[in-house]
Amino acid sequence: MALRDLLDRMEPAFHPGGKYEKFYALYEAIDTIFYTPGKVTASASHVRDAVDLKRIMTTVWLCAWIPMFAGMYYAGHNANLAMAELGIANAEGWRGFVVELLAGYDADSWWDCLIHGAVYFVPIYLVTFMVGGFWEVMFAIKRGHEVNEGFFVTSILFALTLPATIPLWQVAIGISFGVIIGKEIFGGTGKNFLNPALTGRAFLYFAYPAQLSGDAVWVAVDGYSGATALGVAAASGVEALAVTWWDAFYGNIQGSIGETSTLAILIGGAILLITRVASYRIVLGTFLGMFLTAGMFNLIGSETNPMFGMSWYWHLVLGGFAFGMMYMATDPVSASMTDKGKWAYGILIGVMCVLIRVVNPAFPEGMMLAILFANLFSPLIDHVVVRGNVKRRLARGG
Amino acid sequence: MVEYYLSLLVRAIFIENMALVYFLGMCTFIAISKKISTAAGLGIAVIVVLTITVPVNNLIFQYFLADGALAWAGLPDVDLSFLGFLSYIGVIAAIVQILEMFLDKYVPALYNALGVFLPLITVNCAILGAALFMVGRDYNFTESVVYGLGSGLGWAIAIVTLAGIREKMKYSDVPEGLRGLGMTFITVGLMSLGFMSFGGISL
Repeated sequence: MALRDLLDRMEPAFHPGGKYEKFYALYEAIDTIFYTPGKVTASASHVRDAVDLKRIMTTVWLCAWIPMFAGMYYAGHNANLAMAELGIANAEGWRGFVVELLAGYDADSWWDCLIHGAVYFVPIYLVTFMVGGFWEVMFAIKRGHEVNEGFFVTSILFALTLPATIPLWQVAIGISFGVIIGKEIFGGTGKNFLNPALTGRAFLYFAYPAQLSGDAVWVAVDGYSGATALGVAAASGVEALAVTWWDAFYGNIQGSIGETSTLAILIGGAILLITRVASYRIVLGTFLGMFLTAGMFNLIGSETNPMFGMSWYWHLVLGGFAFGMMYMATDPVSASMTDKGKWAYGILIGVMCVLIRVVNPAFPEGMMLAILFANLFSPLIDHVVVRGNVKRRLARGG
Repeated sequence: MVEYYLSLLVRAIFIENMALVYFLGMCTFIAISKKISTAAGLGIAVIVVLTITVPVNNLIFQYFLADGALAWAGLPDVDLSFLGFLSYIGVIAAIVQILEMFLDKYVPALYNALGVFLPLITVNCAILGAALFMVGRDYNFTESVVYGLGSGLGWAIAIVTLAGIREKMKYSDVPEGLRGLGMTFITVGLMSLGFMSFGGISL
């Protein structure tokens, strides 16, 4: 194995006292991408398993590719439709150049749509990855911990929650906030209490509302204005939607790149559930909380607020609910750790999400804030569950 | 009617959370949030004190301090509202003292559980803040009871949650310069971001 030899030959230079001692974190990261770490636990009682943190994170990362491709396709599809409607012949600047080089603007051709979506998503993801990766490596070198694959997940989830038209400098600021304040100052992956991708997204949302909400940002064509399906439903009810439920399910709606296609999200989510990377307790809990709360609001009803009448199957396909449920809520670090706690945590997310969507006129979408809110309570939920267990066992043991 | 008071309660607990939206009572909030059990004790003390002092201050405002409140004593032109701060904090201190003596004598279990937190609460700005909000928003007596209870509950929830997070953060590896207070401030800021989910709800 030439690669192994090369890495082994380079290794001494990165050890303490070596020439590149400071960059050991980088060496370690590259080495463990290709090979299982050689380190073993020295003392007694440890678990051997082929699935380590790296594999878990990589699985999530790969599963996020499914909604990513679907999202790119529909972002391009919507952009192509809007261009045909407005009579615009080609996209501006380098994007137009790339699209014309590789494809065209035919809304019926999946290739054209995918490429058109990719010229918006790929730069966003590249900026996220480079800026976030820079901070990650910087902290790893300075603080002497490993560069962690958790960042792969953070980066793609963060990029997928953004609208296609977001300015790239805002992407850079958002991921910086998420990685530094949301994760690294706590000591890196596994030591934070909020989901870093959502922390960055929430920061952007409150700092630059003009680029992250409203009607003009969702379709990547200048001058085209179209509210998200959730926004339309909030303003004038589900009946006013131009799209059918199946459209929303497949993803043919406006929204952030990753959240549009519920079908793709469910496929990716199913893989996560089957491989047990995502906890089915959290997913089911979230769904249950949403289902019950939506049902409750359906029963109460309201004359002035059309959101009261939105049923659970619409809540599921519109906005970021499905994406948040499968990818964000199941983040093992910021969720509750205990089995019972996971149910409670999931239900709290579902309830809060519908609550914010229905009764809070300031935010049409509630999933991001609901998950952040539940993140705050997850340690407390665990505490209560653990206390309860201790009490029960004490009572049993006399 | 019940609905109105319920929405006032919910607003006081979540939407206008004393600690995470107005950042009141920060000194005790940050100092005594290392352990969930003590934080819960302090939280209960704050609930009790707020539920008593806000209505009492409400009565004092209505019958002594407000413009023309002294009409019952034959002094309709007197406006003592400039004595507000002085009276409210005095009332709070007095009530906390009386409450402490009362608990010591009749409910020693609760007295021991609350311990030093009870006297500490006198100087908790959330308590004075609630009294001032009550005056500013013209709450009547019943409203002030509900508001006192709600803001106390909200503060208690916030401090217990913070304690939960800080207990978990024992396993964190915070950079040296940020350990302790600095990190707690950032944590509180991030919690406040989570509580933004209620911002904008009008009940």
